[in-house]
Amino acid sequence: MASITLKLNNKNYTIEADPKMPLLWAIRDLAGLTGTKYGCGIAQCGACTVHLEGVPVRSCSIPVSSAANKNITTIEGLSTDNSTAVQRAWILEQVPQCGYCQSGQIMAASALLKRNPNPTDKDIDAAMQGHICRCGTYPRIRKAIKTAAQLMTQK
Amino acid sequence: METTLKNISRRNFIKLSGLTGTALTLGFSFSASANELDIWNASAAESSGVELNAWISIDTNGKVTLLNHRSEMGQGSFQSVPQMIAEELEVALDQVNIIFAPGNGRKYGSQVTGGSSTIRGSYKKLLRLGASAREMLIETAAKKWGVNKSECYAENGSVIHRASGKKFHYGELVTEAAKLEPPKEIALKNPKDYKLIRKPLPRQDTPMKVNGKAVFGLDFKLPGMLYAVVERSPRFQGKVIKWDDTETKKVPGVKHVLKVTRDEFGNMREGVAVVADNTWAAMQGRKALKIEWDDTAFPHHSTEELYAKMREQVKGEMISFRTMGNTTSAFAKAEKKVEATYETPYESHSCMEPLNCVAHVTDDKIEIWGPIQGPDWIQQNICSHFKLPPEKVIVNMTFLGGGFGRKAFTDYPYEAVMISKEIKAPVQVIWTREDDMTIGPFRPGMVYQCKGAVTGSGRIGSFETKISGQNMDMQNPGADKTSYNGSDTEGFLEGYFESIPHYSFGDSPLDSPVPVMWWRSVYSSTNAFAFESFIDEMAVQAGKDPIDFRRQHLGERYQLLMNKLEQVTGWKERGKNTGYGVAITECFSSIVGEVVKVSKTAEGKIKIDKVWAVMDCGWYVNPDIIKAQVEGSIVMALGAATKHETTFKDGKAVERNFDAYKMPRIQDIPEIEVHIMDNEEKAGGVGEPGLPPFTPALTNAIFDLTGTRIRRLPFSLDKIG
Repeated sequence: MASITLKLNNKNYTIEADPKMPLLWAIRDLAGLTGTKYGCGIAQCGACTVHLEGVPVRSCSIPVSSAANKNITTIEGLSTDNSTAVQRAWILEQVPQCGYCQSGQIMAASALLKRNPNPTDKDIDAAMQGHICRCGTYPRIRKAIKTAAQLMTQK
Repeated sequence: METTLKNISRRNFIKLSGLTGTALTLGFSFSASANELDIWNASAAESSGVELNAWISIDTNGKVTLLNHRSEMGQGSFQSVPQMIAEELEVALDQVNIIFAPGNGRKYGSQVTGGSSTIRGSYKKLLRLGASAREMLIETAAKKWGVNKSECYAENGSVIHRASGKKFHYGELVTEAAKLEPPKEIALKNPKDYKLIRKPLPRQDTPMKVNGKAVFGLDFKLPGMLYAVVERSPRFQGKVIKWDDTETKKVPGVKHVLKVTRDEFGNMREGVAVVADNTWAAMQGRKALKIEWDDTAFPHHSTEELYAKMREQVKGEMISFRTMGNTTSAFAKAEKKVEATYETPYESHSCMEPLNCVAHVTDDKIEIWGPIQGPDWIQQNICSHFKLPPEKVIVNMTFLGGGFGRKAFTDYPYEAVMISKEIKAPVQVIWTREDDMTIGPFRPGMVYQCKGAVTGSGRIGSFETKISGQNMDMQNPGADKTSYNGSDTEGFLEGYFESIPHYSFGDSPLDSPVPVMWWRSVYSSTNAFAFESFIDEMAVQAGKDPIDFRRQHLGERYQLLMNKLEQVTGWKERGKNTGYGVAITECFSSIVGEVVKVSKTAEGKIKIDKVWAVMDCGWYVNPDIIKAQVEGSIVMALGAATKHETTFKDGKAVERNFDAYKMPRIQDIPEIEVHIMDNEEKAGGVGEPGLPPFTPALTNAIFDLTGTRIRRLPFSLDKIG
């Protein structure tokens, strides 16, 4: 066990954890932020995606020790009022059905649009193909990413 | 908009909704004797000792609280149930709080969210309930003004006197209105006047699903709650002989190791639970467990053995379900005969939220929170196992991260209750993805042998289907294994029964320890592949266009749907070098036609260019939710047709996670265009009926393009001859 400081959404959390514990479980069980989801545990489904220093990563496959003292953004840290372009677009296009995978999808889409504000279909495929949605919201995810890109230019 | 989501007890609901005599609260009572629906107001019901299910409550501030009795697993009941009530109540959806009802079958009727039944099962009652409250409020206002109630109308949470423009907010009327008798006769709105129903209103649960605030089962926490994972027998019916937890107990955070059982269709299954103060520690402790299993009492089937048995069984005697005429002699005499065998795979539900459940057992009650499709079933199950009356077993629904049939099953809450009772603490049991994919229950694999006769004039002369596969109803100890499967014809168009002179549907149930359960659209999800592929094969034999071939057998409602399909797809002008396939199926009282267009890529792979769906679900609530459900159904069918399959080897499921059980991904998804028929037919289901026609429409399109007939699923789009 080790004492580890997690910088989650600009707030420090000091936790006692096995350094090998995946970041996902530290975020969910020890820091108590449950927006980040467990889906597969082997980096195949993308439900656990968070930003580590701005880069989307699979929190289920990163030991908590390697995320210590780094800036981590979870879905709760995107905005407090659903005001980001991606969240607004997700609402406009009515993307979620069950909603369980959407935290990961939104984190991936946000990172995509940050580095590529005008993605093509191929860019969207490349950025989003690591994310499974069992409800099959893929057509709307694609549409919402394009809508979010437009919303960003309007600002 | 303020939508609060709380799991509540009855007392909390009363508090929340202000049910203190100062609010108007209406609900149903289900009299034991009749289907007759009584609408009561709460104070009258209380003094008469009638147990009421409280659906609507309006407090003195005009705040409306509605109770949703069904699970929300993505299908949109969270939106569509209140959308119906609010329509007749004349309130805007943003004036409404929505809360989930706790499990209580006696109060809410069936809450099992399955069979695409939420709307079709209750819409008339919900509309009447909203209308009753509205009429009572209008009557109260009219009395206060001393005018005739026909001079008043309700709008946007107020009653208005037409001539004077005088207005009462609902909140100002509820105290008086609560003293009235609900009207006996009530006129419902003409669909032409709908303001909310049939409008694509945004879902109330969307905002909380884009910022992490929606609470799924896995997210629910109680103070002092521990986390448990369970090592279950890797073969389905194994028993624990002994275990060694020496290493497990050395894992920091591990608190308890105990044997647990799980009620699977009345059969008690065994496992060893590791309980820790966080999920990861429990998982690590489980890895260190050494368990010896006794799995000698049942066969260890492989996929090959299962299908060999089914292929053998379809050649033998069937348990007859539904027949007309004589298919044997009709087939023998037929000019053109068609014969084909179709096979569909076992599948995992693989909800994105793996199974989980929180239980807290205290001296006086059991309380459960989880992603639950059947709260009333679970309440009954726990009551009977723990010998408790229903008021001591509280089942709370969280949001469900997918359900698809799996979460209607009662096994996983039982395990959590057992552990909490034993360790005397609240506990969450978490299934890993590997547990979720390998323990089951699964969609059963099926084999269909079809024989058909095509008449000289190119009609279906006879249609015979022999089915073998596990029957979901035959898993309980003592189940009658001689009865037919009542779902043998699910997916088949009802109209065919009136026009095909000879038909026969029968089954020969397969016996296997593999547990099986409803999977989105249940038997239709596999039946339809056989039926609609076979009809296509007969159309080819008849030398007819596949829509025209179907058309000659079907009545007006189907004709309208086929016209629409032809119109939206440009069916009659379809071009060369593309393949078009059609399939039309019927289940859960809805009819869906789908057309798939395919082409070949430069590398010779099949590309799905587009899918069109026409949904006829009769009376409907929210067109955007219907479209979303059909889109999702098509994606799920695409996965089962072309991507994934659960196989078995030596009695164990082989595919353990998404690296082996490959899911459709964003780049696999074609354009999908959904249309909804407008008519006044009875409301049909929405969550499932869009799934069955996709696969046969796809394989029929591939035949149209390549001449290759696909009769076994799944297949790869990259490897078609």
